[in-house]
Amino acid sequence: MCRSGLGSTDVSALVIENLFKTYRNGFEALKGISLNVERGDFFALLGPNGAGKSTAISIIASLVSKSSGNVSIYGHDIDTEKEKAKCLIGLVPQEFNFNVWEPVVDILVNQAGYYGIPRKEAFIRAEASLKQLDLWEKRNTQARQLSGGMKRRLMIARALVHRPRLLILDEPTAGVDIEIRRSMWHFLREINQQGTSIILTTHYLEEAESLCRNIAIIHHGRIIEQTNMSKLLSQLNAEIFVLNLKSSLTAPPDLPGYQVSPVDSKTLEVEVQREQSMNGLFALLSEQGIEVISMRNKQNRLEQLFIGLVDRSKRQKETS
Amino acid sequence: MNTWRIYRIAFQTIVTKEVLRFLRIWVQTILPPAITTTLYFVIFGKLIGDRIGEMDGYRYIDFIVPGLILMSVIQNSYANVVSSFFGTKLQHYIEELLIAPVPNWVILSGYVVGGVARGTLVGIVVTIVSLFFTDLKINSYALTLLVFVLTSVLFALAGFINAIYAKSFDDISIVPTFVLTPLTYLGGIFYSIQLLPEFWQKLSLANPILYMVNTFRFGILGVSDIDVTVALVIILGFIILLTTFSLRLLSRGVGIKD
Repeated sequence: MCRSGLGSTDVSALVIENLFKTYRNGFEALKGISLNVERGDFFALLGPNGAGKSTAISIIASLVSKSSGNVSIYGHDIDTEKEKAKCLIGLVPQEFNFNVWEPVVDILVNQAGYYGIPRKEAFIRAEASLKQLDLWEKRNTQARQLSGGMKRRLMIARALVHRPRLLILDEPTAGVDIEIRRSMWHFLREINQQGTSIILTTHYLEEAESLCRNIAIIHHGRIIEQTNMSKLLSQLNAEIFVLNLKSSLTAPPDLPGYQVSPVDSKTLEVEVQREQSMNGLFALLSEQGIEVISMRNKQNRLEQLFIGLVDRSKRQKETS
Repeated sequence: MNTWRIYRIAFQTIVTKEVLRFLRIWVQTILPPAITTTLYFVIFGKLIGDRIGEMDGYRYIDFIVPGLILMSVIQNSYANVVSSFFGTKLQHYIEELLIAPVPNWVILSGYVVGGVARGTLVGIVVTIVSLFFTDLKINSYALTLLVFVLTSVLFALAGFINAIYAKSFDDISIVPTFVLTPLTYLGGIFYSIQLLPEFWQKLSLANPILYMVNTFRFGILGVSDIDVTVALVIILGFIILLTTFSLRLLSRGVGIKD
């Protein structure tokens, strides 16, 4: 059975050093990225479409050959200790990649077999994985007959059947409804708490903000930011809040120090700088007899930062 | 980590998956060759064969039996691997194997044994069908079995290479239609090359299938147009060549990576 040592406790779950990838058509997908994912981390790898996230993931999982650089999983180099490194990784790719004609349980049993798990044990593990992901009832159904959300869960169950220590999820919740997405978040938090390191790529930045402790943003094949989530969010200089008012206003209120834009007669957008307080804003509103019935962020905080960082990177590229 | 144990279980998993696949669709994989060869026996063996008389000292139907059995083995070993491995590429579930600690030689041997299993099963079915038309007497069981297995391995390997290069369903049917079938029919299944003019006899010697059919016929009937030892060396040579080439393609990731 596939069992690899995890090295000493100070060994990171994933270390990438100066990774380059140029495809045969000349496209440079990765231009020297370096990353460090601590063991037990829940790590977000974000970036716009075509930034290089999936290429990086495919190299880590041995699906794409790198042009140069080093990658190691729990201290095992993917070139020199390929099989030990592979034993430690579970991958949930972006696209469905299972035999749609096979019954669900066979997909898991076969995958377990590829990791050296005997058939009898593989069935036990498949049952456990399918039950964890609420798919046990569908065990004898052909994969093509599953709904989109079930197919996503099937890929997670398959990735976990050999009990990897590093789980890589490439947009695992794309196209699934909010209820399933929330239950997947709950499940991922649980396995992370049990010690599995997780790398997540997603376009739902709310998802990354809610789940991940550390983050890297990749753009045009380069890492443009790598930090922890709270540090990144604290960089936000201003937030725009949308206030829903009880009564209609005839003119925008005068709120000294705050930038106010009316959306309609009962809705205002107010920009609050980092050094300003919400108490100050509400005090001014109360003075003018304006009652606020509800309030929300105009934009997800991480999304706001993400857009800013990517724009800055674009401008730098244009100037250079 | 017991590496060899992982390899063994991974190999067994691929073979089991392959065998279950062709058994699950037996109407497409096992039944057609049985029907086709029955028709060959009825039309060529009985109806036309009775008028042809003897060939190399045997009734015509007895003469064509070894070739027809081997033709089924060739076609089915090839078809199994080419369609199955192309399917894994097309639906991307080749990635299940590529991310796992399975070396390329285990992947190759798993698919080849899967192809040999189908070739063997179909060969047995066709042999049983032939018993309704002839009294099959085996000259050398060892040689018959050896050629049967080696031929099956060789064409399973060829199917694997075809699948690696294939980008569409057309690509997996072009080689069987335009290369394999003509070479099989011109490989001495239905005639002895002694019947051909000298030029065509010499040209026939460039067809590798001729060596397999004649060696197999020698194993069953004890007659052959060519030297059996030379034929075995040629078959083994091709197996080594195609195995090396397949492993090289896999290690370079041709058709499956990037």
